[in-house]
Amino acid sequence: MKGTDVTEQARVSIKNLSAWFGEHQVLFDINASIRDKWVTAIIGPSGCGKSTFIRCLNRMHETVPGARMKGRVLLDDEDIYKSSVDPVSIRRRIGMVFQKPNPFPTMSIFDNVVAGLRLSGQARRVNLNEIVERCLKQAALWSQVKDRLKEPGAGLSGGQQQRLCIARALAVEPEVLLMDEPCSALDPAATQRIEDLIFELKKNYAIVIVTHNMQQASRISEHTGFFLNGELVEFGETSQIFTTPGDKRTEDYITGRFG
Amino acid sequence: MMDQAKGQSRARKIKARLFYLACLSAIIISLGALAVLLTDMFIRGFGSLSLSFLTSFPSRFPAKAGIKSAIFGTIWMMSLTALFCIPIGISTAIFLEEYTGNSRLAAFIKINISNLAGVPSIVYGFLGLAVFVRALSFNRSVLSGSLTLALLVMPIVIVSSQEAIRVVPRALREASYALGGTRWQTIRRVVLPSSFPGIVTGVILALSRAIGETAPLIMIGALTFIAFVPDGPFSEFTALPIQIFNWVPRPQAGFHQVAAAGVLVLLGIIFFMNGIASIIRNRFERH
Ligand SMILES: Nc1ncnc2c1ncn2[C@@H]1O[C@H](COP(=O)(O)OP(=O)(O)OP(=O)(O)O)[C@@H](O)[C@H]1O
Ligand SMILES: [Mg+2]
Repeated sequence: MKGTDVTEQARVSIKNLSAWFGEHQVLFDINASIRDKWVTAIIGPSGCGKSTFIRCLNRMHETVPGARMKGRVLLDDEDIYKSSVDPVSIRRRIGMVFQKPNPFPTMSIFDNVVAGLRLSGQARRVNLNEIVERCLKQAALWSQVKDRLKEPGAGLSGGQQQRLCIARALAVEPEVLLMDEPCSALDPAATQRIEDLIFELKKNYAIVIVTHNMQQASRISEHTGFFLNGELVEFGETSQIFTTPGDKRTEDYITGRFG
Repeated sequence: MMDQAKGQSRARKIKARLFYLACLSAIIISLGALAVLLTDMFIRGFGSLSLSFLTSFPSRFPAKAGIKSAIFGTIWMMSLTALFCIPIGISTAIFLEEYTGNSRLAAFIKINISNLAGVPSIVYGFLGLAVFVRALSFNRSVLSGSLTLALLVMPIVIVSSQEAIRVVPRALREASYALGGTRWQTIRRVVLPSSFPGIVTGVILALSRAIGETAPLIMIGALTFIAFVPDGPFSEFTALPIQIFNWVPRPQAGFHQVAAAGVLVLLGIIFFMNGIASIIRNRFERH
């Protein structure tokens, strides 16, 4: 594996991570570092384990019945899989936007955005109206929903629902943000807004984004990891991966020769 | 080639038509039987339906007989039954679905709860007689009756709540977990609100079943002449189905009329409960 040494400023370090669904191993001995204030793009063909990888970073993988993992994931040098660590506290620090939009159907748009704050008991201490407006603006949704915040979140279009989920993840102000194909259902304008948002957010956060869009990966990320069949084939600086990939398979994938 | 294809599509159309007719006749038969029954009750009982019928106690004279004590008994009993079976039933369903996982013991318990739903009600009557009336000496009280009925319909509440909880998509639970929700918060704020319409439907179904049950109440000895309104959970009581059962075998035709009128009242209450259930369902499912 080729790449620059980034363990210095690593926010999240992944060491010898393997993951299984039942007997089916889907990740093989992954090593990588997520740097603070950088965007890390995860690319690779469908089914190669990208979602599983980022779900291991906030302990969501283990919520699937029969799923297990091995290895270590360090958040600021603390192993998040240590038995004394409460997964709930980890998930509050590492936010996630899922591949499929999943707003709470019984809650209004407003309540969806502040759902995380209510869960963690912070809702009473802050001005919810302000937070809702700020997060919906960041997620490029405010202008479309500002007059119907009391309507159910399930009444939005697929792309709007995805942006609602982004706003919901932002409201709890996590330290690391994991985004699983956040733009796959968005039109070019909304995609642009989300990319602007990522640009804005990375001043304060470490961001991991799964994407099938090579241009997007090269536009917004500093780091890129290429997965193939559960292995991290290559991980390194985006400019270098997209210009002089170290592995023939990476080159084939980004030039569209397979996958 | 063309002719064959045409023939095939013709055969398909005929089959579809036949199936449609079969379904239609099934509906007509079942609804027809119900309609005949209702009309019969209506013709016989409507004449006796009056305010004084609702507000008088039972009597030896059919013209004076009313269902005041039965209505109050039924209200008392349904309230207590709901009080016992709703919280216990829903908590059991939550526990079985959310906390037990797929262990053998849990699977065993789940299967047996479904089996309990099929146990004849008279068996629960025996149980109520042995446990509540005799062992705990609650006697023939409203309390004994409602505890017995609560046991009888508990499996319905549990099974339908389990089903409602099970269909809440994984993605919603995941959304809650990913926001830092604990298991209980996820159940409380995401799972229960989403499964609420299904749970309410199950509860109303269970209570509609309980309100018409006669056999277990007769078993625990509620078939007596009661001309007073229950004044507490330990009071003796009668209930609508028992009062009806009491009138039907009597020789005087007048009693058959008041029995039919009682049936109309009972049906009215059940339709009312189901109406409430569908209103709740519609209101929440739109969201
Ligand atoms: N809940 C599950 N149970 C069993 N196997 C699963 C489950 N989820 C994913 N897998 C398997 O794990 C492997 C990796 O899946 P994953 O979702 O991580 O792929 P992905 O790279 O995110 O794909 P895509 O680009 O299509 O989203 C696949 O082979 C998939 O079949
Ligand atoms: Mg995926």
